[in-house]
Amino acid sequence: MPTQCDEIAVLLPQVVDSSEPVALPVQRHVESCLRCQAELARYRRMLRGLQLLRTQYFEPTPGMLAATLASITAASERRAVNSVLTKRRLAYAGAVAGAVAAAGTTTAALLLARAKRRTVPV
Amino acid sequence: MASDFGATGPADLADVVAAAREGDRGAFDEIVRRTYVDTYTLAVRLTATEEDARDVVQEAYLRAWKGIRRFRGDAQFSTWMYRITANTAATVSSKRRRQRTVHIDDVADPVETEVALHPELATENTELLGRLSAALDELPPRLRTLVVLKDVYGLSHEDIAEELGISVTAAKVRLHRGRKRMRDLLYEEDESHADAV
Repeated sequence: MPTQCDEIAVLLPQVVDSSEPVALPVQRHVESCLRCQAELARYRRMLRGLQLLRTQYFEPTPGMLAATLASITAASERRAVNSVLTKRRLAYAGAVAGAVAAAGTTTAALLLARAKRRTVPV
Repeated sequence: MASDFGATGPADLADVVAAAREGDRGAFDEIVRRTYVDTYTLAVRLTATEEDARDVVQEAYLRAWKGIRRFRGDAQFSTWMYRITANTAATVSSKRRRQRTVHIDDVADPVETEVALHPELATENTELLGRLSAALDELPPRLRTLVVLKDVYGLSHEDIAEELGISVTAAKVRLHRGRKRMRDLLYEEDESHADAV
């Protein structure tokens, strides 16, 4: 039944994955159809080969390790500098806020004292 | 922070990772030394260019260093690193797609293989692995990423979907399309020969 085989062929990339659930009619067709079994065998062979690719390694270009470690060092230093700057900024901001608060308090106290002097009858 | 790693002989990777999580920079350097060939290989498989792979490796380790405290240790470090590499490769590839000039043909062939250590496997599989590599390189990047991460590196659909910012369903659909394209690239030539005979 070529039509059914064509329909099944679309599903084989999923069927080959043993972790994926397979509908019973699909399973039954594959069990009884040599063409689909051959096609499934191709997918299985392909997956086995892909798993073997995991055992191959590409040789990194010379200097890549040193460059990678250097880039991490540079990023760490930037981060440390930023951290110090952030702390200093916070300290400056705190100092400025304190000074402003102190000036405000002093001004308020002076204004209050002046107002009291004005209200006292001579 | 001072580090003992690298001075006192090989330690278990889990111990090195634990020290790096505590902020030991020397321990993190040791992780890079031990894993960068693997990370580079994945980057080459994902980007299909040596130039992009180099950038991906550097950026991936930077991200790993910044995020090492968030590594919970309930998964293997290698899986965590693969996920970061996949995410970084997606970012780098999308930035570079328009200006790509170097292709996988310019990347050296894989030189160190466990298969090569077993001659009987090497004889049997060398041709297949070469064809598979070539077919992978022919895939569009979005399909290649899925096939590499799932079928070569064994990541889960959930992990892949999360790193690529897509749904699990979309990840599965792309994987199945990728496998179908791979199958066509690998076997259609054989089929046309068979038809001609």
